[in-house]
Amino acid sequence: MGIDRRTFLKGLGVGVAGIAPACLLSPGSGHAKALPANETTEFMGVLVDTTRCIGCRSCEMACADSHGLEVPDIGDTSVLEKIRPTSEKQWTLVNRFQTEKGEVFVKKQCMHCNQPGCVSACLVKAMEKRKNGAVTWDGNCMGCRFCMVSCPFDIPKFEYDSAVPKIQKCSLCWERLQKGEKPACVEACPNEALTFGTRRSLIEEANKRIYGESGKYVPHIYGEHEVGGTGYLYLSAVPFEQIGFRTDLGTTPYPEFSKGFLYSVPIVLLLWPAFLLGVNTLTSRKDDVRTKQGGAK
Amino acid sequence: MNGADATAINTVEEKRSLKDIIAFILSELKPRGKMLTPFNVISGLTIVLGAFLILYRLAKGLGAVTNLSQDFPWGIWIGFDVMVGVAFAGGAYVLTFVAYVLRTDKYHSIIRATVLNGLLAYVFYAGAIFLDLGRWWNITNPLFGNKFGANSVLFLIAWHFLLYMLAEFVEFSPTIAEWLGLRKVRKFLGSLTIGAVVVGIALSTLHQAGLGALFMMAKGKIHPLWYTEFIPVLFFVSSIFAGLSMVIFEGSISHKVFSDKIDHKDHAAYNGILIGLSRGCAVAMFVYFFAQTLIFIHGWHWSLLNTPMGYWYLTEMIGLVAIPCFLFFRGARYGNIPLIRIAAILTMIGIIINRLNISIIAFKWWIPLSERYIPSWMEIVITLAIIFTEIWVFRWIVTRMPVFEGSPAWAEEKH
Repeated sequence: MGIDRRTFLKGLGVGVAGIAPACLLSPGSGHAKALPANETTEFMGVLVDTTRCIGCRSCEMACADSHGLEVPDIGDTSVLEKIRPTSEKQWTLVNRFQTEKGEVFVKKQCMHCNQPGCVSACLVKAMEKRKNGAVTWDGNCMGCRFCMVSCPFDIPKFEYDSAVPKIQKCSLCWERLQKGEKPACVEACPNEALTFGTRRSLIEEANKRIYGESGKYVPHIYGEHEVGGTGYLYLSAVPFEQIGFRTDLGTTPYPEFSKGFLYSVPIVLLLWPAFLLGVNTLTSRKDDVRTKQGGAK
Repeated sequence: MNGADATAINTVEEKRSLKDIIAFILSELKPRGKMLTPFNVISGLTIVLGAFLILYRLAKGLGAVTNLSQDFPWGIWIGFDVMVGVAFAGGAYVLTFVAYVLRTDKYHSIIRATVLNGLLAYVFYAGAIFLDLGRWWNITNPLFGNKFGANSVLFLIAWHFLLYMLAEFVEFSPTIAEWLGLRKVRKFLGSLTIGAVVVGIALSTLHQAGLGALFMMAKGKIHPLWYTEFIPVLFFVSSIFAGLSMVIFEGSISHKVFSDKIDHKDHAAYNGILIGLSRGCAVAMFVYFFAQTLIFIHGWHWSLLNTPMGYWYLTEMIGLVAIPCFLFFRGARYGNIPLIRIAAILTMIGIIINRLNISIIAFKWWIPLSERYIPSWMEIVITLAIIFTEIWVFRWIVTRMPVFEGSPAWAEEKH
């Protein structure tokens, strides 16, 4: 987990209290060790070009197929009348929006944040940010649903109707990536609306498209900076709020919001007891008695 | 425990065999007093029904009994049972601070009941988390294993709840030793109290604030009048007067229900205690109200006040913070006990509303009422069953152990 280690080390640098243990743990070096080569893998991601999506929903079918979910009937277009959220039975789906430039289809799934709120929320590391960028879930989960509260995009979904519930969400086809394959949805897309690659190359490609065809796109890549950057990146011909995106999320990674509190924890745990015991000793009346009796023995 | 029993314990031999102790506990387990009171019947039936619903929830999953949804992952079991229950339990850390760290003798007579209340609140209301966990069989994962999410606020809260329950148990344990007549054990446990108190206060500070920190990443989902980066601080400060109000409320009821256990001398001194608590509440609430006002002004949310959510916010801030704060000041100034009780009840309603606002009502406020989370009758029955069980256990303990009536003569505390 490259990013976690990096932020963790950064965190250590901030807290004075953190520096001492870091030095103690790596005697001689004094500096953070360089990451081994196999951990410097770049985050992978998907670029969604909403101007290319034709709403065929092949991605929905491929996703359901490869994850053993209920396969949707993509011939039935009536579901497009409403804007649908993803669900515990559907990790990805396509919504249709009426915009100033006509109909636009937008695929929705987990954004695979660079620094995911859900991962920092999870107290048992059931949610994990993998080295290749995928945010995945596993059975270590307690079902507390804190990840759902902490996700800026409301992506993790819970199986309320099961006695053995799981959190369901897009995993960026983590298992397929391990085998060197592309995510199922990307492979199924017939119109190259989805491009798979490293985040860096996708941002380059997106910029190329924006500047290459002046006026076709709004000059913004959704996900480049939102909530600290996401694995899924979007291009659009219309302002993003017209196609169902929250544009008020800011660029701060969500884990940062609870960091202030977390930093205060060791300080309070060290200083409070010392202070309280000090007060307790100061208010002790033992010495008064002794003085009255003529001083200490 | 009546007078005869108390003497019996006072005169027991120093050395009691394990067999005697077990026989004593078994004799104490038998129910006492009138069985078929209206309270017993109603609470008993609720507990039975609640127990069945809990089994049903475990067999069928959360969706079978709760109205939780993908949009509202947390309902009243978190928003009320845990958030409010833990805030109300705050009296224990505040009073142990005053009584043990600052050594203020005035509050010693209510400290045991308060600590017991705090301990039971954590066991039952924080215990309600268990019901809310979809995968409850994994509840020990944050404690054992090799996958600790140590960066998670909830990880901290899980550990703190557990450790704080232990600390409160240690604080309360001398009472149990006195009940069992174990003199040496009592002496040893008594020597642990100050340590448990100090650790307990540090833990409380952090997890009272931590409950608020849980909502830090719900930025954008909680109405801007309630979301602020200072929620943790506000939760901590409000737990002070929430806990003290609960002490006033619980004490007022206990003094009626268990009046046979409380000395007349204590009855008289009790008004002095209430006035002291009232003053404490008033000051803490003033600080809280001041902080809320500053946060509001800095947030620049004037335009939001003239909206339905704005009126609701003002109801909470003026009606359930500023007004009870004023009533506490007046009640303490003029020694008006009924006024103090009214202020305590208003304050408690305010805390309930505040915690529910942040976790449920102002959460995703844009969603229309028809699609919002409203607790099912089953969630409410289970919550009531938990509250009633707690009251039953509390009653069982205070009618047997020296909680209200003070220590037996052999165990008088020395300062």
